Amino acid sequence: MSERKKKEGKKVSRRDFIKKSAAGLAGAGLATLSMDSLFQWNPALAAEVKAPTFKLEKNPVVKVLRWSGFVKSDEQIWNANTKKWEKETGGKVVTEYLSWEDVRSKAAMEASVGAGHDIVLGWYDDPHLYPDKLLDVSDVATYLGKKYGGWYPVCEMYGKLYGTDKWIALPIGSAGICINYRVSWVKEAGYEKLPSDIEGFIKCCKKLKAKGHPTGFALGHAVGDGNTWTHWWLWSFGGKAVEKDGKTIAINSKETLQALDAAKELYETMIPGVASWLDPHNNKAFLSGQISVTSNGNSIFYASRKKFPEINKDLMTMNFPVGPVGHPAELSMISQAFIFKHTPVPNAAKHYLTFMFEKAQYGKWESETWGYITQTLKDYYNLPAWKKDPRITPYRDCVKRMLWNGYAGPLGPASAAAMSEYVIVDMFADVCVGGKSPKAAAAAAERKLKKFYR
Amino acid sequence: MRSGNAGGGALKAPPVGLLQRKGVLGFLFTLPADIILLLLLAYPFVLGIWLSFTNTIIGRSGSFVGLENYIDLFHSDVFWLTAFNTVLYTVVAVFFKLILGFGLAIVLNKDFKGKGLIRAIVLLPWIVPTALSTIAFWWIFDSNFSCISWLLMHLGLMSHPIDFLGSPVNARISVIIVNIWRGIPFFTIGLMAGLQTINQTLYEAADIDGATPWVKFKSITLPLIMPLLAVITTFSIIWTFADFQLIWIMTRGGPDNATHIFGTFSFQRAIAGGHLGEGAAISAFIFPVLFISVVITSKFLKREA
Repeated sequence: MSERKKKEGKKVSRRDFIKKSAAGLAGAGLATLSMDSLFQWNPALAAEVKAPTFKLEKNPVVKVLRWSGFVKSDEQIWNANTKKWEKETGGKVVTEYLSWEDVRSKAAMEASVGAGHDIVLGWYDDPHLYPDKLLDVSDVATYLGKKYGGWYPVCEMYGKLYGTDKWIALPIGSAGICINYRVSWVKEAGYEKLPSDIEGFIKCCKKLKAKGHPTGFALGHAVGDGNTWTHWWLWSFGGKAVEKDGKTIAINSKETLQALDAAKELYETMIPGVASWLDPHNNKAFLSGQISVTSNGNSIFYASRKKFPEINKDLMTMNFPVGPVGHPAELSMISQAFIFKHTPVPNAAKHYLTFMFEKAQYGKWESETWGYITQTLKDYYNLPAWKKDPRITPYRDCVKRMLWNGYAGPLGPASAAAMSEYVIVDMFADVCVGGKSPKAAAAAAERKLKKFYR
Repeated sequence: MRSGNAGGGALKAPPVGLLQRKGVLGFLFTLPADIILLLLLAYPFVLGIWLSFTNTIIGRSGSFVGLENYIDLFHSDVFWLTAFNTVLYTVVAVFFKLILGFGLAIVLNKDFKGKGLIRAIVLLPWIVPTALSTIAFWWIFDSNFSCISWLLMHLGLMSHPIDFLGSPVNARISVIIVNIWRGIPFFTIGLMAGLQTINQTLYEAADIDGATPWVKFKSITLPLIMPLLAVITTFSIIWTFADFQLIWIMTRGGPDNATHIFGTFSFQRAIAGGHLGEGAAISAFIFPVLFISVVITSKFLKREA
């Protein structure tokens, strides 16, 4: 393909972009969309975008707290990129790796006490719990957005302080979630591939169960898997926890009741025991051939490559089916890099993060994680690594298709509390496992949410 | 020796140094421990109580809100479920630990070949770090991969795996079983030590009088072991009531909050959810029960003395 055609293929007129974005955003109810994300990406122009200059502190030591890699290559490449920065700047980086849930608790404590690491790679609402403890990183975010095609709209929700243009965090990547399924079993059920609409999806799952190949979706307190699929399900029917004003609780609606009724149908196709599932359970069940369909990050594909080749041959992935709402409405885990104000090396910290987001570093890092990390800057959508394997490709759309935790309200302590207390997960568990009526379950969820959002 | 004094009165005692004064040296010896207790126990405790009266959120100092957090909890379904779970978990687990631990102590107190080795093996559940043993039980009680289910299915006794942790009732039973397994050695070893202090001549005299084993147990063993039993039971109540890691590893308080106890619910609300004030209020409910346990036990001990 000629260079001109490639550019034209990528080029989207500003009017088209606004039209399509407006349609999607109106449906999604997004209120804020910065001009940066409408910026028409052009490599030549991008090359002229000047990086902000940071006068590094003398002999800086940057302390970073981040989550342990889900795949081995993640940490290896991250560390290699870090060494590159150290060599180029003479600075030093001390990285502490913790399990992703422990990072959140530790970051919260450091925010409370005002001491500890300089940079944290947190998750979801973390920066919005203590925004006044964080450095303004608008300069870095604006530069990266201009250079790399703009941030996905959901990243602006996660990165910016609500109602302002101030960036308090840089969304660094999403541990994207997609549907994983067994191709041969879906064919056995009479389908060429799993349907991409929820109605067809449920029908196919019923046929899979009838053939002795149940599905499996976590209904226990699985922080990652439980929250992501239940939020996708709820939003796909038009349900939501709270309105845009962040005060009016919207969970007790006919859309939610429809979602709960449909979830009950899906639950009938599941393997017994999903109410006890934490995050590792669906991986184990899928890789041992006990379930035919689940939702997960790309760890199933990654693990099956070497250890379960038969499963790997039969595995396919796809983005979450679309529900009656008519557009993608997913939730994936998203990680954000933020810098505490208590850092003695603010310039070095910003310089380091900018460096790690640059194509030479970020491109390599993302390419080697086998689809586990989905990009937050649009330019990285076109990395060749996404085409390495068809099972990886759907994951590059995760951030593009997702909404944010606490949709349609703002991110903050209320949305964080609602997720940490599994309000949505338990609502579905109440109906599917507990036998509660959808009305009663929605009412119970409403009571809990009212407490958090008052 | 007569003290010599030109004035004719008794000699004045030489002045006593500060370190020789009664109480001062003792105070100084206990000072390091007092400082540690003050800083690492008393201060966090008082801070926690204070936080429970505020609307503090992670990363933001809060303001005094009086009893608002407590009132909110009283209106929360999840709180009452948690309270129920905690009491159920403690009462059932401690009861079985006591009965089984006591029985095992009586058996192990006898003389038999290999008793040293058996006693060491009995201590293992207590020695193994809770997190590790809990992870093992998490596998044993897995809804799809349980070795118990596998065995029963292979023996033809069941057609499908047991959902150990997926139903509220089963999940509660499972976590209680794990707690009992872990806690039996504490009762066994402690009571065994107590049994060995009982004078054997009492049993010999009872034998002469033709007392049955039950009469010997009721009239000799139980009364003499009661003070130690009360202390051990109190400790067990405290540790079981304030448990955290076992529930957190196995179920995270699920399914549907059916296994949440005060410790896990408090952590979830305060640290995961960021609401420090509310989390502190939840954990404050642990204190009165423990305080009452200690008071009852110490009264009991004083009476026995």
